[in-house]
Amino acid sequence: MKEFINIVSDPVYSFTGAIILYFLALKNMTFVGSKKFFMILATVVVLFFGWAASDKIFFTIISWPDNIPITILLVLVFWLTWYSFYKGVENDKRIESGEPPIEGTPENREKVWAWPNLVYTELFTIILGTVFLIAWSVLFKAPLEEPANPTWAPNPAKAPWYFLGLQEMLVYFDPWIAGVLLPGLIIVGLIAIPYIDINPKGNGYYTFKERKFAISTFMFGWLVLWVFLIITGTFLRGPNWTFYGPFEFWDPHKVVAANNINISEIFWIKILGMGLPHNVLIREIVGILMVLGYLAVGPFLITKYWGKKLLEKMGPARYYIMVYLILIMMGLPIKMYLRWFINLKYIVFMPEFELNI
Amino acid sequence: MAKQSFAKKVANTQIWKSIFRHGPPSNARNRAAVVAGNVFLHLHPIKLKKSGVQLGYTWCMGGLTFFIFLALTVTGILLMFYYRPTAEYAYNDIIALREHVPLGIMRELHRWGAHAMVITVWLHMFRVFMTGSYKPPREFNWGVGVILLVLTLLLSFTGYLLPWDQLAIWAITVGSNMAKATPFLGHGGPGASLAQIGDMVLVSDKNDVRFQLLGGRFVGEAALLRFYILHCVFIPVVVALLIAVHFWRVRKDGGISAPL
Ligand code: HEM
Repeated sequence: MKEFINIVSDPVYSFTGAIILYFLALKNMTFVGSKKFFMILATVVVLFFGWAASDKIFFTIISWPDNIPITILLVLVFWLTWYSFYKGVENDKRIESGEPPIEGTPENREKVWAWPNLVYTELFTIILGTVFLIAWSVLFKAPLEEPANPTWAPNPAKAPWYFLGLQEMLVYFDPWIAGVLLPGLIIVGLIAIPYIDINPKGNGYYTFKERKFAISTFMFGWLVLWVFLIITGTFLRGPNWTFYGPFEFWDPHKVVAANNINISEIFWIKILGMGLPHNVLIREIVGILMVLGYLAVGPFLITKYWGKKLLEKMGPARYYIMVYLILIMMGLPIKMYLRWFINLKYIVFMPEFELNI
Repeated sequence: MAKQSFAKKVANTQIWKSIFRHGPPSNARNRAAVVAGNVFLHLHPIKLKKSGVQLGYTWCMGGLTFFIFLALTVTGILLMFYYRPTAEYAYNDIIALREHVPLGIMRELHRWGAHAMVITVWLHMFRVFMTGSYKPPREFNWGVGVILLVLTLLLSFTGYLLPWDQLAIWAITVGSNMAKATPFLGHGGPGASLAQIGDMVLVSDKNDVRFQLLGGRFVGEAALLRFYILHCVFIPVVVALLIAVHFWRVRKDGGISAPL
């Protein structure tokens, strides 16, 4: 069993699994948003953790003080994700039968006094927050390791957990993409959301049906990419950033065959049986065309087969910004699968300009 | 009975009346006065839609984030009494905090609070997204929020260096190495090698963005001082200002969102 879990938690399988689960959840939202689903999920998670925590290696990793926030985050994320879907599904049922969403019933539209209604809620939250923080602080000492030593790097050297999604992207992309371009676009993309999403429905209440596209896109970036990569980066990466299953000993000598190759090598050497041309641009021409094709032909095809109506509704500026943001977001899973399936290292490899994609 | 009359007596003293200018908030007039007359409470509207005060709607996540920010400010100031941001003292000061301060959990509160704030700010964003509260007229405030989110991460990140242990300098080394790869501005980034006039290299490890961030070519004492100032002064001030804007806009955009 533990062997099995060690194997399937390899990103090749677990990421694919996450994508499948994500689509299943979207398709069966009424079930996902039910209390029954929550009970099942909670039971499975509790049983799994209870069983897994008896394993020494698993326990060491999750109980490392700086990893505790991630466990807390995961519990809260899954609970609140379920909860917002639960409320969304309830509202969708009401809207279908002609009623207003629960937030819009005459009773809930009524105005109430900030004192005591709001002030007491806040007081309650503050007390709860204080108790929680104090308990956490009494139970877990803040970690402190050996004094800083610039000549000796620990292995693995990990960034703080909330950046581990970015660090994990370094497996698939060079730092200028994983550490600069993508984070920058995440920020820009988030700020752009209200200007791109012009669907007037679902403003001020939980719903799923009225905002299917917006919610599924956001969920993909947030859960399937960001949260998933943080989990992988935290729990499943050991020395040399090698993959280790949750029950696997972090043996620093574990060797992973790394024979990743570039598109240029595949094309010139493997397919044409020649040597690599000397001119950089000729050498990399296939990769460059692939990237340009993705960015130029991609939007064209998407528009032709799928986005015409959206384009009309949104106008070209909104529409193309959205398409590009989504295309670039999808670049990450695409590169991940290329790495796993054909051992691809770089699509474009131009160390002459430090420009590797 | 006796107790109540004692409370009444207190409430009738000149001192009490000079502080609280209204009676107990048990009738409409006083409830309005209590919120409007107090500088902290007046962040709230006097009356608001019932849907907006429900825990099930906002999860009070924004409020909780703000509370944690305040708690971090208080514990952070207390830590500043003990901590000196130099390579010589920093690590020892942290040890001293642990060993010489009785019942000391200040460092714990500050560190776990920082993690908690990252979590609550993410969940707050998630709630705002799921209720569609970024839609007009709240587009701008969502943008302010995204900047707050980035600054929260940077606050946490700059603080990570201060204990000056192995965890700290290597995490920051990993993080700041990314700056090296900034296109055109980092010496290891795409395009940087093009920025040359004759033999003169314009972008090198002695002047690129990472150098500016760290005040050097590696995470050393200059970086410690920079991160300390960013962490204790610069970013918190900006965050406080933006929170003020954020709250102001929540009110001006019509309060907590509700169905139109
Ligand atoms: C330091 C960080 C932040 C603090 C202290 C903060 C605080 C708050 C508070 C107290 C509210 C009132 C309602 C509530 O509690 O939910 C609020 C509302 C709001 N926040 Fe934030 N927030 C922060 C970050 C963010 C982020 C990251 C976003 C989004 C990206 C955001 C977007 C909004 C929006 C759009 C509203 C209006 C919601 C509505 O009307 O329902 N805020 N914020």
